[in-house]
Amino acid sequence: MIEALFIYLATVCVICAVLTVSLRQPVYNVLALLTMFFHVAGLYVLLNAEFLAVVQIIVYAGAILVLYLFVLMLLNVRTQSRHLHRQWPFAVLILGSVTAMLVGALQDGTWGVASGEYTAAAIQEIGNTQAIGLRLYTDYLLPFEVASLVLLVAMIGAIVLTKKGLIDDHIKE
Amino acid sequence: MEIGSMVAVTLVQIAVVMGVVLLTVAYMTYAERKVLSFMQDRLGPMEVGPWGLLQPIADGLKLFFKEDIIPSGANKIIFAVAPIICLVPALIGFAVIPYNGSFTLFGLEGGGVISDLNVGLLYIFAVAGMGAYGVILGGWASNSKYAFLGGLRSAAQIISYELAMGFSIVGVLLLSGSLSLVTVTEAQAGTWFGFIPQWNIFLQPVAFVAYVIAAVAETNRLPFDMPEAESELVAGFFTEYSGMRFSLFFLAEYGNMILVSCLASILFLGGYKAPLPILEFIPGFVWLALKTWALLFFFIWIRGTYPRVRFDQLMKFGWKVLIPVTLANLLVTALGVYIYNN
Repeated sequence: MIEALFIYLATVCVICAVLTVSLRQPVYNVLALLTMFFHVAGLYVLLNAEFLAVVQIIVYAGAILVLYLFVLMLLNVRTQSRHLHRQWPFAVLILGSVTAMLVGALQDGTWGVASGEYTAAAIQEIGNTQAIGLRLYTDYLLPFEVASLVLLVAMIGAIVLTKKGLIDDHIKE
Repeated sequence: MEIGSMVAVTLVQIAVVMGVVLLTVAYMTYAERKVLSFMQDRLGPMEVGPWGLLQPIADGLKLFFKEDIIPSGANKIIFAVAPIICLVPALIGFAVIPYNGSFTLFGLEGGGVISDLNVGLLYIFAVAGMGAYGVILGGWASNSKYAFLGGLRSAAQIISYELAMGFSIVGVLLLSGSLSLVTVTEAQAGTWFGFIPQWNIFLQPVAFVAYVIAAVAETNRLPFDMPEAESELVAGFFTEYSGMRFSLFFLAEYGNMILVSCLASILFLGGYKAPLPILEFIPGFVWLALKTWALLFFFIWIRGTYPRVRFDQLMKFGWKVLIPVTLANLLVTALGVYIYNN
């Protein structure tokens, strides 16, 4: 049962990921990505990580992708032509190294065996959300806060970029 | 319990909950027309059945037999799928709504909820966010300026007010220490001094007000019904829809209203818990229904009272008032819980 579900979810994930980058109509790309997010969430549920699954949907499907769709429609992008971005060599480089890393990790043999103090049974007992919360806010508090700081910096950067004219005027004054 | 009877119990629960929700949607439209009429010194629907009580059924039949029109130049697939994307999230959210304490019926045990997910609250937020896709895609696929603008407005509004809604309930989560709606309800059992029910509304009044405002905005209701402002956009994102597809959008809007009202009763008003111990002989689902209907009446009431706000006022209010207020409330609640626990 679980294996059948996994095969279904993984297959749809891969197909939708390919469709996301290969379909011509931008709105279809977004919809393919949305379908993929849902199936990734399904994979998390199979791994007993309900919290992660729901957060995946809230953050990626519910917030980020809606914004993508919103901007896409506001700008009314309708590209009918296919073209390679000029940065494609970098893309190939990154893709190649990630693939190499994954293949290496798979051949290592420790895949799926390593388990820390939070085994499936332990998580079942204290609850998935509680386990993540405890771990995040006791052992990984600093990295967590640093990550939020990085996001804040990116946000301010985006505001500065969009308000560029305003800030230049302000400096002139 | 063996797997067969478990499946049977769940299916019966789903059927009953869906039946009640759809019936409530039907009679919510009737209640809305009647209440608005009374507020405007009119009688409202009176012809079909006694006091017009069969009006929703007549309306449903009418919509069912209407011609289904797809505008030329519309994106046919997305146009057809959008109402479904809109309706499904509004209905599957009810899967985690606890409508009663656990009970036994015909020798079978029922939990009083279809599925007690331990991330129930987040689940509702996750599926509710999907409704926005139906609205945006419906507006986009219609190939009409009115529908398109309505869809975009709706998207902006839903994204903005979802944040405030999320922040306003975090305080409740801090108080009850769980994301499961059953646990949240059970945490509100009992009374203070014997006559004040231990509901979260008394501990989180600011959050309750913020939640209700955000809920009205989320469901695109007056005074925040910018996405379907008649005077500007005809009917907003579903301008081009007719017949059954139109009624699916309609069902989704009312289903969402019932869902956010149910959620408000569970989070702030004690859900299926009776307000006083002497009233506990009345079954839990009656209490939940009463509280939900009170909130639904409130929805109609403000529709009959307030004029529509402007779009920039709506955005300004959401981002510059509601979100800071809910954040401040969250900070105060967190401090309060910390001090209380130590």
